[in-house]
Amino acid sequence: MPELRREDVAHVAKLARLIMSDAELDMFTHQLGQVLDHASDMNALDLDGVVATAHPFGLVNVVRDDVPRTCLDHDVVMAMAPDAEDGRFAVPRILGEAP
Amino acid sequence: MKSARQTALDVQNGDTSALSVLEESLAQIYSRNEELHVFLYVDEEGARKSAAALDERIARGENVGSLAGVPVALKDNLCQTNIPTTCSSKILEGWRPPYNATVVDRLLAAGAVPVGKTNLDEFAMGSSTENSAFGPTRNPLNTSRVPGGSSGGSAAAVAADMTPLALGSDTGGSIRQPAALCGLVGVKPSYGLVSRYGLIAFASSLDQIGPLTKTVSDAAIALEVIAGHDPLDTTSLPEPSPSLVGHVEDGVAGMRIGVVRELIDGADADVVASVERAVEVLKEAGATIVELSVPEFRLGLSAYYLIAPAEASSNLARFDGVRYGLRVKADDVTAMMEATRTAGFGEEVKRRIMLGTYALSAGYYDAYYGQALKVRTLTIDAFRRAYREADLLLGATTPSVAFEFGSKTADPMAMYLSDVFTIPSNLSGEPAISVPFGTGEAGLPIGVQLLGPGRSEAQLFAGARVLEIADGRL
Repeated sequence: MPELRREDVAHVAKLARLIMSDAELDMFTHQLGQVLDHASDMNALDLDGVVATAHPFGLVNVVRDDVPRTCLDHDVVMAMAPDAEDGRFAVPRILGEAP
Repeated sequence: MKSARQTALDVQNGDTSALSVLEESLAQIYSRNEELHVFLYVDEEGARKSAAALDERIARGENVGSLAGVPVALKDNLCQTNIPTTCSSKILEGWRPPYNATVVDRLLAAGAVPVGKTNLDEFAMGSSTENSAFGPTRNPLNTSRVPGGSSGGSAAAVAADMTPLALGSDTGGSIRQPAALCGLVGVKPSYGLVSRYGLIAFASSLDQIGPLTKTVSDAAIALEVIAGHDPLDTTSLPEPSPSLVGHVEDGVAGMRIGVVRELIDGADADVVASVERAVEVLKEAGATIVELSVPEFRLGLSAYYLIAPAEASSNLARFDGVRYGLRVKADDVTAMMEATRTAGFGEEVKRRIMLGTYALSAGYYDAYYGQALKVRTLTIDAFRRAYREADLLLGATTPSVAFEFGSKTADPMAMYLSDVFTIPSNLSGEPAISVPFGTGEAGLPIGVQLLGPGRSEAQLFAGARVLEIADGRL
């Protein structure tokens, strides 16, 4: 399996929307490397032709009749929002941000 | 504190009241919570109202249910309407859910009285409660030791006689391991048996809710109450709750029980000795013992520590500071999300999000996540083969008794290895139970684990009951 590098960890932090200090990058590179090393015991296996299992039962889509039902109260849900405006979730600007 | 079963009988018969049972529970919580740090929140007012309402209904001659007046502790990743629910994370501090988890509704419908929310490893990621953002829980049996985790608070609540029943969640052993370390019965039910609606998701293909109790029959009563189909959970099995309480005394005569080498090897000598004694007890009770080796179980740990973080990294993407919980202000939305998640998540949660994001990322998906899913298939196939030779499997729940605080926190891999015996059942979606059997180092309890095929809970309770009787506790 590919070796985990510090720049990989920095890239993953960006994907995961986490800000890492230099010390954290060092620590996670070491610790995640250990877990991946342990997982390398799976490399020794011949897994060609083995079907992947993502879920114990094999997920199937569950549908119901399209009948309106009572749902959560809008005001109650919005009361938990960090910021709201006119009954909607408010966020800082989305467009025009730095790349 | 009396068992849940006896408490419910006494309350329903009018020998005591739900209110006086609750006062006993609250008194114990207030006398020991500061020292043990079990409850993050105690809903004294709501519990008093529930108990008073039950007493009125009983006075009118109503049967209020099989958990009449039984105080219950809820792991703080289970939603209860308007009760703070944190997952022991700063990112949810102050959040109050607008709905009940289905298990909470079912407990209430059976006459139980939820008293509060218990501490856990943040987002249920851990094996000691040391990962809680609000500080660890202490093991009531020895306060220099961990209670296990992640449902450590729920286990400690029952072990400290604060409540006779607690609910936890088990993704890789998080009910069974703390049950073992605190001397309790802990059940990880079949995947789909108990609705997860209102359980804050960690790894959705593995998570199950289950009970922690002092007795096997209390666990059976509680599981009957919370099990059964729920249209609000798409992974919920289509059938009603199974009959379990009626099978607790069935015994193991004629049953084939497989003793699995990989569920024992590597455990401390005192733990191995307990499993060996359990084998003798089950044999004397009429079971046929089969020695088995299932090497695939060892690979389960590697697969689990890629699959669970992968699912967690996806599930925890919802904590972005937009709709609920913490928001750290910043000039644009991406900076806000980064600042919020960086401030809100603790180190272990970040470690797992990073691991999962890496395992799922372009270029590494096949090498890690894809391989892990194939190993999951091998584990499930290995269980199937084992169940051709045995009705139930037997092993240890944990490699050691409760360990000291700080002994594994510097080395995440050492902590992960403590889940090696419990993980296979989560990968296969099958049930398992941990039952206290004997004591080991420093007089601390040892848990023995019985595993069964899907929906074999009745046989697991019967087997656990045989061990409970032989252990001389009840």
